[in-house]
Amino acid sequence: MSGWLDGLLVVSLLVTAVAVLLSRDLFRAVVMFMAFGLLMALAWVRLQAQDIALAEVAIGAGLTGVLLLDAVSHFRRARPQHRSRGTE
Amino acid sequence: MSLNLLYALAGVALCGIGLAGFLLLNHLLRRLLAFNLLGSGVFLVLVGLAQHGDGPDPVPQALVLTGIVVAIAATALAIVLIRRYFHLTGRTSLDTGNNAGDGGGES
Amino acid sequence: MGFVVALAAAVLGAAGAAAPSELSDQLQASLARSGVEHPVTAVLLNFRSYDTLLEIGVLVIAGMAGISLASTNALEDPALRSADSLLYALQRWFVPVMLLLAAYLLWAGADRPGGAFQAGAVLAATGVLMRLGGLPMAFIRPGILLRLGLVLGFAVFLLVAVAGALNGEAFLAYPVTIAGGLILIIEIGLTFSIGMILLALFVAAPVTDEHEPEEGGGL
Repeated sequence: MSGWLDGLLVVSLLVTAVAVLLSRDLFRAVVMFMAFGLLMALAWVRLQAQDIALAEVAIGAGLTGVLLLDAVSHFRRARPQHRSRGTE
Repeated sequence: MSLNLLYALAGVALCGIGLAGFLLLNHLLRRLLAFNLLGSGVFLVLVGLAQHGDGPDPVPQALVLTGIVVAIAATALAIVLIRRYFHLTGRTSLDTGNNAGDGGGES
Repeated sequence: MGFVVALAAAVLGAAGAAAPSELSDQLQASLARSGVEHPVTAVLLNFRSYDTLLEIGVLVIAGMAGISLASTNALEDPALRSADSLLYALQRWFVPVMLLLAAYLLWAGADRPGGAFQAGAVLAATGVLMRLGGLPMAFIRPGILLRLGLVLGFAVFLLVAVAGALNGEAFLAYPVTIAGGLILIIEIGLTFSIGMILLALFVAAPVTDEHEPEEGGGL
């Protein structure tokens, strides 16, 4: 049961990582990166590293996400004619 | 295969993904994301491999905790630099060639 | 691809070797003398405190670089504030709770997961929320307060280290009896500094478009 869960977690980690790099929209890439940070926090909990999990939640998903989203919105505002249209 | 080794191998795969993205992508922000993925992979390898034998090991955990905080500081500084670069040149990639100013999606 | 295969082979080889390490045994043996009960905190702030000292030094340098890259008036620009009333209402509840959470994380670091890094990150997130909601934050202006906040953790850490050295101990070795108190003091300083540095890097990021970029850009 638990091995199945870990396999699922690892697979979703890798899928999210690929999605970060392959998504056409920059905003989507950043959101994927935040999801990746949360999954990483779960992985740290599974590795019995609660300290790192706490830091990862606060930093990887929270602070980095805000910083990156801020930068993305800045790029968009400065160049509205190049605004990404999303992948779908 | 033990649980920790599984995560170490996932870290290896993450390293590969991050390195490929870092080399192949043009947009600076995407490169930064790829760099962070690479870092996460390294952290996973460190902790997963060290804990492979006998239970949780505080020493690599403390090492990785330090690494995460340094990584966020480096990321924040890189964002400041990228935005400054964009402000001064209007470009978001380091190439001087024809794809200057293209917002992204070269992957 | 070859890189990944080689790395995987190396990892499997290292896992197969399973070198017996006395490091965790040594850690368990000397944990009682470290002043804290949580092994990760003990490693970070006592046994390997040199790493942590250099780390906060790296953070201070990154913060200074970020601030010096920012144009000065961008640090407190009313135009960057959001007028979202929902955010304003939210942060009236969230800011005190997040400050409390940061204090708890700092305090919990002694005997369970938690500590200065997590608390500093939560503190920085609180600052970001306040910044986005447009609360007045006079301390973030470039000035003596900001600089003091940036170097506080590093200074406290270095002070303790040098005091220990002057006292006849090794550099960065604390006397066993007051190690817990010293670690707590260092952690408080570290928390403030990490929060300030990350917040300063966030605040330094926006570049206002009003004025033309000057050559060199403050480098």
